[in-house]
Amino acid sequence: MNILEAFRLALTGLLSNRLRSILTMLGIIIGVSAVIALVSFGQGIQNYIVNTFQSLGSNLMFVLPMTPSGPNAKTIKAKPLTMDDAKAIANPLEVSGVAAVAPIYSIYATVVVNKNSMVLQVGGSTPEWQVAREWYPGQGRFIEDGDVSTSAHVVVLGSSAVKKLFDPGDEPVGQDVRINNIPFRVIGVLETKGGGGGLADPDQIAIVPITTALTRLGDARARTSSGAYAVSAIVVKTISDKDTTPTKKAIERLLLDRHNVEYRGDEDFQVITSDQILSIFGNITGLLTAFLSLIAGISLIVGGIGVMNIMLVSVTERTREIGLRKAVGARYLDLMLQFLIESVMLSVIGGMIGILLGALVAFVATRAIPSLSLSLTLPAVLLATGVSTAIGIFFGIYPASRAASMNPIEALRYE
Amino acid sequence: MLFEQTMHTEQYVFPTDDRGRPAVIDIQNITKVYRMGDIEVPALRGVSLRVYKGEFVSIMGPSGSGKSTLLQILGALDQPSTGSYYLDGVDVAKLRDRDLATIRNRKIGFVFQSFNLLKRTSALRQVELPLLYGGGRDRTRRARAALEAVGLSQRMNHMPNELSGGQQQRVAIARAIVNDPAIVLADEPTGNLDSRSGTEVLKIFQEMNRTHGITTVVVTHDPFVARHTDRIIMLRDGVIVADQAVPDPILAGTVERPSDDSQLDNVLKDVYYAGKQEEYA
Repeated sequence: MNILEAFRLALTGLLSNRLRSILTMLGIIIGVSAVIALVSFGQGIQNYIVNTFQSLGSNLMFVLPMTPSGPNAKTIKAKPLTMDDAKAIANPLEVSGVAAVAPIYSIYATVVVNKNSMVLQVGGSTPEWQVAREWYPGQGRFIEDGDVSTSAHVVVLGSSAVKKLFDPGDEPVGQDVRINNIPFRVIGVLETKGGGGGLADPDQIAIVPITTALTRLGDARARTSSGAYAVSAIVVKTISDKDTTPTKKAIERLLLDRHNVEYRGDEDFQVITSDQILSIFGNITGLLTAFLSLIAGISLIVGGIGVMNIMLVSVTERTREIGLRKAVGARYLDLMLQFLIESVMLSVIGGMIGILLGALVAFVATRAIPSLSLSLTLPAVLLATGVSTAIGIFFGIYPASRAASMNPIEALRYE
Repeated sequence: MLFEQTMHTEQYVFPTDDRGRPAVIDIQNITKVYRMGDIEVPALRGVSLRVYKGEFVSIMGPSGSGKSTLLQILGALDQPSTGSYYLDGVDVAKLRDRDLATIRNRKIGFVFQSFNLLKRTSALRQVELPLLYGGGRDRTRRARAALEAVGLSQRMNHMPNELSGGQQQRVAIARAIVNDPAIVLADEPTGNLDSRSGTEVLKIFQEMNRTHGITTVVVTHDPFVARHTDRIIMLRDGVIVADQAVPDPILAGTVERPSDDSQLDNVLKDVYYAGKQEEYA
């Protein structure tokens, strides 16, 4: 029997029991569409995170305060990061390979212009910030050293903040805004950064001189016992990729010394590179994707068992037909092929419908949450097709071989 | 082809009857023992039989006589425990399962009591089925010819549930002859039919045999059916107890079926003189 005949035969078999075929396929359809939808969901989250961090800029590392975790944690008085720490890192005699160092003191504050108001992330920093973040003003100017030394009440706004606070056509530069009810003059507007897609818009930002932020916007507890101001983080940009590791080590050595850290586990700071952050999130989303795929995979296996179940029922039901086919000369392989193609067709057609359904789910989800931008990737489609074919074969072999190895005499006698 | 080689490795000389017809079926000393756990149940105890080309033979016997077992072995569905079986010159007793399937496909046509037609399949497709497994071209043309031969040229596209019992059995006969087999084996072919349809089927068998020379073996317990064949073989307890030519076989349709059982027995009286009647039917 040729393969074309076998296909025609299998199709006839499936069509003669339409409802049963459809119900069986449903298991595969749900499984495959779950795989497609969840894989593109995981992919969407991964893309989102990569986009968000790419908008941060490259060759970056962040020095952050940390609570000591070692055995001495309770007795140690953790020292916060200070402006002096930032100055020390910027000293080329202490740390080499550094392109820019920007201390940041960041708070959430209410910004009011006329009748418009919004809560913004307000960051206090230095002129170095624009170099570190590679993010420059599109209009007006950025904070200058003079603004920092005089604690000037000036602010640079992000483009989204401008859009929300000012009416269209208004010229923001030169106008006055109130941050936490303190008047500030707008001196510049940052270029639109984009990325991050709407969940966390990087352009919703305001930058003021760090000295102003610490003295006027921050709360008094931000001061250390010695009277120095504590900063939220220090952003360090290295000159090139190659400098990242040695620079990170040098910063750690410097701060261990400055903070009098003696034992491992007593560290009250940490240095994280942007690559590390990305890989941490990559691990999390990878795990998430794997977990979701596992669940979807389980539902696929359940679907496969459904296929096997129905094929076994079908083989038993058609015992006499099998006996007759054997009597007129069907060989083991002929019957094997007939039933195997039937189960493969069930699962592959189910798989195709599942891919379409999964794509539809991804499409609807993208419409609902545009920032996720779920995309149907070719690997996911190939995977789903391959897996559903494999399921058809794997779960079809046993019923098919049962049909093919029936004794024709007993099969013909079966009632 | 491997199959062709195994078919003719040793030279087999066809035995012939007094009219010079070669033996299509040639079994010698066949036994068949079924094992049920530790107990051995003999079904056939040394059966030798030759059916020559063009014969129309019936095999009769009470249930348990071994006639079903004999039919299964003749039909290459089963292998004898001992003894030899040459079917159209092929040493069937030595073949493996795979080659048995090929033998069934090329040399044997089956007709069953319950027709065994496929559901939701047109008459034409039913008849094509053996050709499907045998390969070869012209499937549709050959199937059409076979259906025409059984007088169903007007019913080719009908499904089994659109055909009468007699017509369904005629489709089955067409399916049995479509491969031009060496022998047609029929197992109680009229068992599920009323007498009118039974006569219709017997007519087809006779016509196939007489005008197309198709060798036919019918297994039946119905003396009236057996009376239509040219030769009756009686089996009892796994051995042949009688094997005799029918002097003047009934031409199907010319004799009304006797209405009561005693008359039915009389049908055989003029054929069989040896042995006790009640042993056979």
